[in-house]
Amino acid sequence: MNRIIRGDAVVADDWRTLADDAQPAAGAKVIVPLQRWREQRATLLAAAAAVGVRIPNTEDVDTLWPEIAGRPLLALEWPKYGDGRAHSQAQILRRRFGFKGELRAVGEIGRDLVFHLRRCGFDVIVPRAGENLAGCLQALQDFSTAYQPAADGIAAVFARRRRAV
Amino acid sequence: MYRYDEIDQALVNQRVAQFRDQTRRYLAGQLSDEDFRGLRLRNGLYIQRFAPMLRISIPYGLLASRQLRMLAHVARTYDKGYGHFSTRQNIQFNWPKLEQVPDILAELATVQMHSIQTSGNCIRNITTDHLAGVARDELIDPRPYCELTRQWATFHPEFNWLPRKFKFAFSSSTSDRAATRVHDIGVHIVRNAAGELGYTFYVGGGLGRMPMIGHQINAFVPESELLNYSEAILRVYNRLGRRDNIHRARIKVLVKETGVDAFRELVETEYARLDKAPLRLLPEDLERMRAHFVPPPYDAAAAGDGSLAKMTAADPRFASWARRNLHPHRVPGYHAVFVSLKANGMAPGDVTAEQMDALADLADRYSFGEARSTHDQNLVLADVAERDVYALWQELSALDLATPNIGLITDMICCPGLDFCSLANAGSIGVAQDIFDLFEDLDYQHDVGPIKIKMSGCMNGCGHHSVGHIGILGVDKHGQEWYQVTLGGSAENDAALGDRSGRALARDEIAGAVQRIVETYLEQRLSEDENFLQCYRRVGMAPFKERIYAKGDAAAEAA
Ligand code: SF4
Repeated sequence: MNRIIRGDAVVADDWRTLADDAQPAAGAKVIVPLQRWREQRATLLAAAAAVGVRIPNTEDVDTLWPEIAGRPLLALEWPKYGDGRAHSQAQILRRRFGFKGELRAVGEIGRDLVFHLRRCGFDVIVPRAGENLAGCLQALQDFSTAYQPAADGIAAVFARRRRAV
Repeated sequence: MYRYDEIDQALVNQRVAQFRDQTRRYLAGQLSDEDFRGLRLRNGLYIQRFAPMLRISIPYGLLASRQLRMLAHVARTYDKGYGHFSTRQNIQFNWPKLEQVPDILAELATVQMHSIQTSGNCIRNITTDHLAGVARDELIDPRPYCELTRQWATFHPEFNWLPRKFKFAFSSSTSDRAATRVHDIGVHIVRNAAGELGYTFYVGGGLGRMPMIGHQINAFVPESELLNYSEAILRVYNRLGRRDNIHRARIKVLVKETGVDAFRELVETEYARLDKAPLRLLPEDLERMRAHFVPPPYDAAAAGDGSLAKMTAADPRFASWARRNLHPHRVPGYHAVFVSLKANGMAPGDVTAEQMDALADLADRYSFGEARSTHDQNLVLADVAERDVYALWQELSALDLATPNIGLITDMICCPGLDFCSLANAGSIGVAQDIFDLFEDLDYQHDVGPIKIKMSGCMNGCGHHSVGHIGILGVDKHGQEWYQVTLGGSAENDAALGDRSGRALARDEIAGAVQRIVETYLEQRLSEDENFLQCYRRVGMAPFKERIYAKGDAAAEAA
């Protein structure tokens, strides 16, 4: 099983990313691409224990939300290391729609991205192959504070300073 | 000026530790060139022609004397004894060693400085008017707003991997001295008819390959919503800005391809949906930030001093400097003093460690311990009492920092060009020197009056050539250095892009062409009161073009 970062730990992945035409094993928790979710929603729900959806970073999650609300897991994509579109998707899902399920970041993700990913609301991070997972855990501690409000519940620095005086 | 609290200091210190570890991993082969590139750029570290280049952030151009001394120390210890002020009010060092950069950053952190987000596809240094707080035509000091924006932008988790770099500039005065219309976002602080403070937002200005003047997308955003409105724009850009082609990735292209009205609609929709409470600025937040920028303890007795008139009459050299390098101050008896970094024999914007140390002392003695950098690559001591001006001038003269050319033709903006930059097509420093030599005669310069020459070594336009009254762009022709001239650009209230004069000129033609452009202006102008830009706008390109490419000009014939 794949090893992933959930919270502050490296754990075995209990979800399976389904190959395009593969059928879910009975009782499995599976992640399918958005397109397949749209086409086979009922079948997938009947076969699998849980169905998560993987969303391209070009999707407008504001309009997509009715289709994915209620999913236990959403996976957002990093097709390239520096392609930060999914940061916005994550913030919108968490802060605007109050998405409570698992939000996972998948793709070309290296250690030096994880701190900001966590702030944007990703509880699960699946780094690229070969990435040092212990290093990623360490990088979650790179900063002890932040200036902006984000999906992690930290208040804006100016608001915290109100209380300080 | 803004003073760090524990939060600011913790973030900067932790950034140093983070970058030290990134550098260590890179040198140990655990981080690829490509991954390290994005990380080092976010700390202002470029790999240049001969050595790395480190760009250090000077938020809105404001420097305390102890920070200037630190920059002098860095120049002396880690570089070749000088630094270069850039058009975004930052300073660059051209010779640091990669493995020493974490040490440099650690030293900078001790004086509340850093190089965070001075490059890379993220929100860059926030710039503003170098006369902020002292200008007579100012509505309100823009720096508290700049600092609030700086903090919001620093390590913003959503906007750290944008399609491309992103630059903010603020202005709150009648004349725009911060080139706001050529920034990704230009914010003008304004008052509405009801007397309330707020912001006019301009979006999509920029220089470089596709120069564009920013479009107004909202005439009045309420004062409390500065960060919410910025967040809405940045979110639209992060989601929809092009990532398939680096040359089409700036927000100006998104605005252009979407159309201004449709783009405005996207921003307004996002803004309407935002949960605004977390980023709404309360009056007390603004007050707390303003308290960092209170005016220094001016001496009421400074007014009516009269020494300036006396010394001007007594000393013509001082008079010619005072005429160009002093700027009126809102407080009677005080002056803003421009320190020219455009001396003959120095690359525009360059300053030595000795000069920086000496300037720090002068700032302490004469200007409440602060200095500013300008987007024209000069420095300003903004709060000098009239009685001190003459003594300050003498000391600046001894340091070769009193060239009386502010706003004149030799006060050129110039990027590092082929001498340092790996992207350059052509040299710019050498051309600046040629122009300097041609126009050394100060009386002649004064007679010609205000002209802004802006020069870039390539299309990236770091030298703002597109908005120069005379713009000079280095182009590559069959491996040789050539120069494209534009006329009539401006980055001020009347912002406009320059028009191309015609074919590019060879290295040995370019300074002469500038001279002929100036001669043409002198012939064509209605009077001394019609400056170069006004004259060009009245008569158009034709007379200039005729002279630039005049027959009988041997070099032009041969080419
Ligand atoms: S304009 Fe071009 S040559 Fe000049 S500094 Fe910028 S990238 Fe380098």
